[in-house]
Amino acid sequence: MIVEAGQLALTFAFALSLLLAILPLYGSFVANQRMLLLAKPLALGQFLFCLLAMLALIYAFRTNDFTVVNVAQNSSTTLPWYYQITASFGSHEGSMLLWVLMLAGWTALVAQFSKALPLLLLGRILGILGIICVGFIAFSLFMSNPFERSLPFFPVEGRDLNPLLQDFGMIMHPPTLYMGYVGFAVAFAFAIAALMGGRFDSVWARWVRPWALAAWLFLTLGIMLGSWWAYNELGWGGWWFWDPVENASFMPWLAGTALIHSLAVTEKRGTFKSWTVLLALAAFALSLVGAFLVRSGVLVSVHSFATDPGRGMYLLVFLLLVVGGSLLLYGMRMNSVRSQARYQLFSREMVLWGNNIFLLTACLIVFLGTLFPLFHKELGLGSISIGEPFFNQMFYYLTIPFALMLGLGPWVRWKQQQFTPLVKPLGLVAVASLVLALGVLASMQSVQANLALLGMLLGAWVGVSALAEVMLRMRQFGSVTQGMTKLNASHYGMTLAHIGFAVLVIGVAMTKTYTEERDVRMEEGDTATLAGYQFTLVDVYDLDGPNYGGQAAELDVRKDGRYITHLHAEKRFYRIQRTIMTEAAVHARLSRDLYVSLGEELPGNAWALRIQVKPFVRWIWLGGLLMSLGALLALADKRYRRKTPPAIKQEVANA
Amino acid sequence: MQPRRQKRLFAILLVIGLLTGAVAAMLYALQQNIDLFYTPSQLVDGLGKDKIKPQVGQRLRIGGMVVAGSVKRDPESLKVSFDLVDTGPLVTVIYEGILPDLFREGQGIVAQGVLQDATTIKASEVLAKHDEEYMPPEVAEALKGIRHVPPSQQQPASGSY
Repeated sequence: MIVEAGQLALTFAFALSLLLAILPLYGSFVANQRMLLLAKPLALGQFLFCLLAMLALIYAFRTNDFTVVNVAQNSSTTLPWYYQITASFGSHEGSMLLWVLMLAGWTALVAQFSKALPLLLLGRILGILGIICVGFIAFSLFMSNPFERSLPFFPVEGRDLNPLLQDFGMIMHPPTLYMGYVGFAVAFAFAIAALMGGRFDSVWARWVRPWALAAWLFLTLGIMLGSWWAYNELGWGGWWFWDPVENASFMPWLAGTALIHSLAVTEKRGTFKSWTVLLALAAFALSLVGAFLVRSGVLVSVHSFATDPGRGMYLLVFLLLVVGGSLLLYGMRMNSVRSQARYQLFSREMVLWGNNIFLLTACLIVFLGTLFPLFHKELGLGSISIGEPFFNQMFYYLTIPFALMLGLGPWVRWKQQQFTPLVKPLGLVAVASLVLALGVLASMQSVQANLALLGMLLGAWVGVSALAEVMLRMRQFGSVTQGMTKLNASHYGMTLAHIGFAVLVIGVAMTKTYTEERDVRMEEGDTATLAGYQFTLVDVYDLDGPNYGGQAAELDVRKDGRYITHLHAEKRFYRIQRTIMTEAAVHARLSRDLYVSLGEELPGNAWALRIQVKPFVRWIWLGGLLMSLGALLALADKRYRRKTPPAIKQEVANA
Repeated sequence: MQPRRQKRLFAILLVIGLLTGAVAAMLYALQQNIDLFYTPSQLVDGLGKDKIKPQVGQRLRIGGMVVAGSVKRDPESLKVSFDLVDTGPLVTVIYEGILPDLFREGQGIVAQGVLQDATTIKASEVLAKHDEEYMPPEVAEALKGIRHVPPSQQQPASGSY
C-alpha cells in the first residue's frame, strides 16, 4: 500500500515538474505574472512529493517488503537497520530517486531563498530547473522504477546489500556527492535564464555565487568522503585510483572550481562574462556526463551499476539535448555581451584567467584519459586501458605551475599590479616556505631531492603566502585586531580553501614518496618489521557478525620495543551475497597511518597480510575538509544576504 | 597595433601555445601508458587482422578464466602462479602478493603486467571484481558462446572443482 503511495507521489511529482517546466517559462514570455507566481508553489510541491516517494521507499526497505524487486535485490532481514535505510539508495533505481530528490530539493531551496530575485528571472530559473526535473523524474519513473513489484512470485529473503556498501562512508558519501553534482544544475539554470534575458552583470554574478559555492562545497566533501571510504573499504590502502567513476566526479569539480573563480571576476569587475556562463554550462554538462558514464555501463569500473543499454541511451540523449540546447542559446545570445572593464597583463584578472586555463587543462586530461579507451574500442582498435602513470605524470606537471601561481594570486590587485611592491613580501614568503619545508623534512631526516621535497615546498609556498596575505589585508585596516572583524567572510573562506589545497598537496606528495608497503606471510606469533614498526600477529579467530562470518586477526604494534597500538583486521564473508570483504585495520595519526589488511589463508596455518605505513595520508582528506570549510565560510558572507537595491531590481525586471 | 589588440593577440597566442604544448605532452604520455588488452588466445595467436603478437617486456593486460587446479603457491612466500584460458591455449600468470578477495578458480579475472616470455606474464596487479556475478566485459566478449555460470547458480555436483 505504502509502496503504491510512493509510486503515486513520484507520479504527482512528475506532473508538477511538467507544469513547472511549462507555465513559468511561458508566463515569462507573455508577461503573465500569475503564471510566474506559480513557480514557487510548484517547486515546493514537487519537492514534497519526491520526499514522500523517498520515504515510501525507505519504508519498504525497513519493513523488508521483498515483493518490491529493488528491496529483494538490495536488502535482507539480517541487514542492520541503518544499512537498510542506506540500501534504499544503494541500487541504481534507489540512487536515481535520491538524485531526483536532491534536484527537487535544490529547486525548492532556490524558490524559498531567492526573495531578492526579480520575479521574471526567478520564474525562468525555476522553469529551467523544472525541465531538468522532468528529464530525471521521467527517467526514474519509466526507465528505472524503484517501486517495481515482482508479484505474484517473490522471495522470502532478500539478496542483501553489496557488502562494499555496508560502511559508514556509504551513508554519507552518495548524498553529499549527489548534492554537489545536482547543485551545479542551479548555476546552470541561472546561466540559461540570464542568456534568455541577455543580461549579465555583477548583480547576476552575486546571485549565482552562493549557489555555485554551495554545490562546490558538497562536491568537494563528497569526493573526499568517497576517497576516505575507498581507503577503508577496498583494503588496498589507496585513496585515489583514477577509476572512470572517480574521474566522472573529478571533472565537474575541476570545472566548478574554475567557475567559482571566474564568478569572482564577473562579480567584482563585470568582465569574463561569456566565459563564466560557459563554465556554468560546462560544470553541469560534466555532471551529466558523469551520470551517463556511471549508469550506462559503457566503462568498466568498480562503481558502475548493472549494464542497461536503454538507460544509457536515455541519459545520452538527455545529455545531448541539454548540452546542445544550451550551447545553441549561448551561441545566439553571447555575441551581444560585451565586457567593458580594462585590465593590464599583470593583474588579478589575468592570474584568475590563468587559474581557469590550468583547471580546464586538467579537466581535459581527465576527460581524454577516461574516454580514450571507450573511443579506442568503439573504433575497433581493440580494448585498452590507460594506466595510472598517465594521470599522475600529467597532474605532476600541472600542479607545479598551478601551485606557484596560487601562491601569487591573492597578492595581485585588480586591473593592474606593479612588480616592485610585491618583490619584498613574496620574497619573504618564499624564504619562509623554504625554511619551513626544509625544516620539517630535516626533522624527519629525509631531505632529498624528491617528490616529497617538491610537495613540501609548493605546499609551504601556497600556505605561507595565503596566511601572510590575510595578515597584510588585516593590517591595512589599521591593526590586526581591527582588521580581523572588517575583512569579509569570503576572504577568510578563500584563505582557508587555499590552505586546504596546500595541505592536500603536502599530503599527496608525502604519501606518494614515503609509503612503505609489504605483503607478508605470517603465522601466529610471527613479527614483521616495516618502517621501524614491528607488527606481531597475535591471534586469528573466526568471526560471527549479523549477516557475515569470516576471520579476524589481532596484531600488536611496537616501535623500538615500545607498545604503540593494537590492530584488528577482518576478512568478512557475507553469507547471502557470498562475497568476501576486507575490513582493514587502521591506526591513524596526523603524521602517519598504520594500515593492515588480512589476505587469504595460506597452506601451513599461515596468513597473507598486507602491511602499510603511510605518512601524512590524513592530510589528503584534511585538505579536502579545509577546502569545504573555506567554501562554507565564504557562503556566510553578508553580501549574499543583502537586499538588492530597488533600482537594480527594476532594471533587471525590465531586461 | 593598438595596445588592446596587442594584448588580445598576446592572450590568444599564449592560449594556443599552452594548448598545443599541453595536448602534445598529453598525447606523448598517453602513448606511453596505453596497455593493450589480450585474451590468452590473442596473446598466443596475435591480435587483430595482422596477428600482431606482443613483444617480450611489453606492458599489457590479460583477461581470462582461472583454470581449475592450476593455482600453485610457494609455501614460504606469497609467490603464486596460475593459468588463464579463454577458448584455446593456456597462459601462465605469475604474481607475488595478495590476490583479490574474489580470486578463485573458474572465475574471470584481469591481470596487469609485463610479458616475460611467449606465454608467461609477470603480473603487478590482479583484478577481480567485488561481485561474483561479474565477468570482465572483455573476457565475456572473447568467450562468446561459453556461458559463464556464477557460483551461486552452480549445482553442487557439477560446480565443485
